[in-house]
Amino acid sequence: MSSPRTEGGSSAEARAAWWLLSPALIAIGLFFAVPLLAALFLSLTDFDLYGIADLGTVRFVGIGNYTDLLADPRFWRAVRNTLVFAILGGPATIVAALFGAVLVDSKLARFRGFFRTVYFAPVVTTLVAAAVVWRAFLHPTFGPVNRILGAVGIPAIDWLGNPRWATLAIVSLSVWRTFGYCLVIFVAGLQSIPVSLYEAAKLEGAGTWRLTRDITLPLLRPTTFFVAVITSVGLFQIFAEPYVITRGGPLEATTSLALMMYDQGFRWWSLGRAAAIAFLLFLLILAASAIQLAIRRLRQAEES
Amino acid sequence: MSRTRPLGFGLVLLAATGIVACKGQDGDRTTVRFWAFGREGEEVRALVPEFERRNPDLRVDVQQVPWSAAHEKLLTAYVGNALPDAAQMGNTWIPEMEALGVLAPLGSRISRSKSFDRADSFAGVWDSNEVGGELWGVPWYVDTRVIFYRTDLLAQTHAPWPPKSWAEWRGAMEKLRALSPNHFAILLPIDEWAQVMTLGQQRGAPLLKDGGRRGGFAEPRFRAALDFYSGLFRDGLAPPLDQSGLANLYQQFAEGYFAMFISGPWNLAEMERRLPPEMQDRWATAPMPPPEAGGDYPGTSLAGGASLVVFSGATQSEGAWRWIEYLSEPAQQAEFFRRAGDLPSRRSAWTSTGLASDTRAVAFLTQLGYVSPSPKVPEWEQIGARLAVATEQVVRGARDADSALAALDADTDRILEKRRFLLDREASLKATGRNR
Repeated sequence: MSSPRTEGGSSAEARAAWWLLSPALIAIGLFFAVPLLAALFLSLTDFDLYGIADLGTVRFVGIGNYTDLLADPRFWRAVRNTLVFAILGGPATIVAALFGAVLVDSKLARFRGFFRTVYFAPVVTTLVAAAVVWRAFLHPTFGPVNRILGAVGIPAIDWLGNPRWATLAIVSLSVWRTFGYCLVIFVAGLQSIPVSLYEAAKLEGAGTWRLTRDITLPLLRPTTFFVAVITSVGLFQIFAEPYVITRGGPLEATTSLALMMYDQGFRWWSLGRAAAIAFLLFLLILAASAIQLAIRRLRQAEES
Repeated sequence: MSRTRPLGFGLVLLAATGIVACKGQDGDRTTVRFWAFGREGEEVRALVPEFERRNPDLRVDVQQVPWSAAHEKLLTAYVGNALPDAAQMGNTWIPEMEALGVLAPLGSRISRSKSFDRADSFAGVWDSNEVGGELWGVPWYVDTRVIFYRTDLLAQTHAPWPPKSWAEWRGAMEKLRALSPNHFAILLPIDEWAQVMTLGQQRGAPLLKDGGRRGGFAEPRFRAALDFYSGLFRDGLAPPLDQSGLANLYQQFAEGYFAMFISGPWNLAEMERRLPPEMQDRWATAPMPPPEAGGDYPGTSLAGGASLVVFSGATQSEGAWRWIEYLSEPAQQAEFFRRAGDLPSRRSAWTSTGLASDTRAVAFLTQLGYVSPSPKVPEWEQIGARLAVATEQVVRGARDADSALAALDADTDRILEKRRFLLDREASLKATGRNR
């Protein structure tokens, strides 16, 4: 997107443009900028339960909430958990979605509509209902997952009771839930690649691997970038999965930043602290997106 | 800003209709708005007609709020100035609501009323309604925790029962464990703080120190309780499961996966409903044992239950009080027990309903004489959650008891920082006021 410029236009035109834009600007200002500034201000206070009762008890603490958080091992634990979710879940979602998309888009595939629906179904499933089923699946003694593993001689795994496995369980649930959405985007990306390119390459004697590496993947790069950004933003904000499956446990191994923020804000009513977490999470997501953008720019520069 | 005016106007209109709708007038009757939670909210409606017959000038409007949303709803209603006249209130929330200043003091009303007889009630439960020397609630129904156990399995162990000390209790568990290698003696969900808090209180641990200003967990009495508790997991007597790790409590209890668990009165009815018929004569209840043999029996347990409160902003506080007085009468208590299954807060209602001679309910009656509330600071729920995490760390072997308790105290001190600030400020204000 290029930024709007007024150069060349008359000032009357510019004024008209402002008028036309004003409803949208006001709405954005009112529903985005004002709450954002209010939250920023909130994060500089110790507004809490006592503050709800009596505003006179609220203290302005400056960056106190931020320094407290940065010194709190539980905050860093939540950051680490969130990064683990993003680093494991992001690539897994992309690979699963791309693989699924290639299969669904394949000329050889039958019942494409059916499979597309099946893969997309988790996206529109109520997470709480899905979580109940997942919990039953992963139950250490009665769950089918461990029974199947047991049948091939793998000892029972305490999926939700062991911190490492619980992380993996949450990541799997998240991948299962979001890959269908990315798959649909990838299918659209695949269909926009001209068939003639493949035909030409095949005439030159290219095999499936070369076709994938030199045509499909490069031409899908904008799509992949988009999918990578939305999945990682989604994973940085991961909340519902740990909230309904593990409540952040065991041993707080699945407490994400968003879950910690919720607990601080709406379970314990430390709203100032929760607002500070929100801003740190915002900065984290901003940084991650900026890194992704930088990598993409670098690649483009290398190619041209 | 003109764009927003229709919305703002709409909100004002909405609020206005809300106010009109809530206005406590219905012909010449005054409406008392009452909130009750979960099943209680459903069952209490049946008690309304008799009250309205006796009080022709009053009407009671019962709002049912789900338990899961109750706490949040109370706070948002408070912020939005939409609290009713009276409500049911989990008695562990009372310190928090008192700190918010939303509750009306009830001490003088209670002492003037003829309907109350503290001797006919449970002192520990009344105590949970008292904060800073004033009463803020009236017990509606009572709740504490006792041991539910399999009589057939315990009979096989020939262990002395019910246990009169922690050592006897543990001895019975070890024998139960020896009966079958795949089964456990007791179920203690690893993410619950109530059990370990109760064990600490039995030892006399104060939990908090300096008048609720700082954490007091890293002291020998609490440490002893934690050692006893974590030892049950370490020695394989209790499975390291959290609440979600249990597939079905009743089924697994019937299968003998564990022979005892600690729970509250709601399970008296649930067990009758959910256990298979052949299991019905194989379970019973027992009070909590004290730490040492020869001490007061039973050992103390959680003082739970729900109270009835009047809000300080109530428009119909007199009517609300009459409604609460009515619900506290032994006859209404008995009727409410028959409908909702909640244990009455009046001893006379225990006799009239036959509860006092019910062998399973009697453990609760014995236990209710020895109950202690959780520490009365508004932050307790948050501290309890940290207590559960610290306990889990020790039980799962992620941390040794000393460092976990030191960290718990540090967490607690941080949580209570605001409370210390407010108490100090209040104290200094009082001091300067006196000097003047």
